[in-house]
Amino acid sequence: MSSALIYACTGAALFVFGVTGLILLSHLLRKILAFNIMGSGIFLVLVGLGQRSGTPDPIPQAMVLTGIVVAVAATGLALALVRRLLHFTGEIRLPEEP
Amino acid sequence: MKNLFNALVIVLFAVLGLTLIWVILELQPPTHVHLSKQVLTQLDASGVTHPVTAVLLNFRGYDTLLEVMVLLLALLGVLAQIGKREQRNLSAWFRLSQPYLQVLLWLVRMIVPLMVLVAGYLLWVGGHQPGGAFQAGAVLAAAGVLLNLSGVLPSWAEPAWNLRTGLVFGLLVFLLVAAAVMVVASPGLLLQYPPASAGMLILLIEMGLTLSLGLILAGLFLFLSGDAIEDEAEK
Repeated sequence: MSSALIYACTGAALFVFGVTGLILLSHLLRKILAFNIMGSGIFLVLVGLGQRSGTPDPIPQAMVLTGIVVAVAATGLALALVRRLLHFTGEIRLPEEP
Repeated sequence: MKNLFNALVIVLFAVLGLTLIWVILELQPPTHVHLSKQVLTQLDASGVTHPVTAVLLNFRGYDTLLEVMVLLLALLGVLAQIGKREQRNLSAWFRLSQPYLQVLLWLVRMIVPLMVLVAGYLLWVGGHQPGGAFQAGAVLAAAGVLLNLSGVLPSWAEPAWNLRTGLVFGLLVFLLVAAAVMVVASPGLLLQYPPASAGMLILLIEMGLTLSLGLILAGLFLFLSGDAIEDEAEK
């Protein structure tokens, strides 16, 4: 098992942790963190699978670079929305399903 | 009921994770698609010698163009959340007057110019080594956040025209280059730089993008950080 595959498998594990957290955790800040962990897992899978042959493949790397910046911006927007929710309702949780 | 649901979700995703790992271990490298070889053979025509920069700003330049628009949209979303309020950073004066914070202020004054220097270096080195506009923009944004956290730079309120110009400057340069290249060099093709001037055009785009990305990423923090002061004042 090469180091590239270890990266990819770690990425798969992080992705699964992230999705589970996104579904199970009710606190919105934790949801945002879980979402970021999920995204990092996907980036790790892309980069890991891209360098299986020994040399890094530039195309997944460019995609991941794009993805990281977009993820940062999306996290900022999510935090702004959470703060707005806190301002209106006084709590950082989604209302329970009836 | 809730515990049962949680256990079910955990078991389900554990199975999914094991399946994913199994698939990754079994996956064979693609035999009929050789994108990375194509990138390496076309690298001479791209104007830069680092393959990631070549992919980002030449071969898949429209990806980057749309990405900058996505970043601007995210910032517009943040701006829509803060509303129109006058924001003053009252804590800055307070912080500057505290003697024990002189170490922090001295450190910030030492580090921030170095960060601007590093951003310039990253921008320049992107043509032939890992680096480029995104990394440089991230360093600039980090400098802005550092200045704000140490109380030197006040939080941003409603952006005035000069800040708005800075935020869209990179996108405008990118669009202008794309339009000029489409009209002059390769009619009807989007972002097909002529190989002779590709390096200069990419550097021009990257300079604009560095400035704008730094402002946009810093704005995601600085537009929101002012709000907190006001929230505390309300309580």
